[in-house]
Amino acid sequence: MAEFITFFFGAAIILAGAIGVVVARNAVHSALFLIQTLLGVAVIFVVQDAHFLAAVQIVVYAGAIVILFLFVIMLLGVDKAEDLGVEPIAGQKPLAVVVGASLLATAITVVLVATDGATGVGSSDPERQLDSGILDIERIGRVLFTEYAVAFQLTAALLTIGVIGAVVLTRSQSPADRLDDLDPASMDLPSLAPDGANDEHHDDTVEEDAS
Amino acid sequence: MILAELALTPPYYLVLSALMFAIGATGLLIRRNPLVMFMCVELMLNGVNVSFVAFGADLNDVGGQISVFFVLVVAAVEVVVGLALVVAINRRRADATADDVSLLRG
Repeated sequence: MAEFITFFFGAAIILAGAIGVVVARNAVHSALFLIQTLLGVAVIFVVQDAHFLAAVQIVVYAGAIVILFLFVIMLLGVDKAEDLGVEPIAGQKPLAVVVGASLLATAITVVLVATDGATGVGSSDPERQLDSGILDIERIGRVLFTEYAVAFQLTAALLTIGVIGAVVLTRSQSPADRLDDLDPASMDLPSLAPDGANDEHHDDTVEEDAS
Repeated sequence: MILAELALTPPYYLVLSALMFAIGATGLLIRRNPLVMFMCVELMLNGVNVSFVAFGADLNDVGGQISVFFVLVVAAVEVVVGLALVVAINRRRADATADDVSLLRG
């Protein structure tokens, strides 16, 4: 009973936040609505006794990912209201709503027709069973570092690739600028610092680039 | 009392999950600001996470929670690379929408 009320409370938070993300004109408001949705999902996780995931949901999603969104919004200064009336493709919005409604109808039909619940059986290994009495963080840790050790290491590689990709993409010196620096015509001109003095540092960087 | 007999069965979670996924997909198609489009992708990923946990609880197996863990990692990487792309695009052209970069060239 209490579980039931909590579920509907969490679901209401989630759906209100999700609709807010889509209809808010300002990107900052969308991000704040996204936090609301993510906290609602954490509530749903708690209802299902996934306490570790609820904590991770708040720390990683609401605490890191959405803050990254807000950081980029503020950095780029795009926190202006967006004109939602622009339609580059005629009829895009009605079509989008139709596509979304079709997805929803398909998913709900599948869910409600399959009233038997999930088919198949869970693992008979007591380490994997949710009612075996150990803490869920311990259970996840044991299974993650034994059965899913290879997948876990692949995520480490994925994270490294992601960081390198972000650095390469946002490097302050774009490849086009670098070509200009190496162009002999532009190298003949003395480069000036903002105060008008010869900028020795600039020549150093060119030599470093050439080597 | 009718309410006392109600139990939380997987379909409740799965319908919620379907609603989140559909709202996220609709938003992804409607919005033109790439940042908000990324947020809609996060909505869709979270909808799937809810159903993963529900299935895991139904089968009494920790596999659902492990899947959520991996989805979380992939979502974090996706956001990092995606926001780097947004920053790189905005450096060349301010206020770029998804339609301005549809040719994937500056």
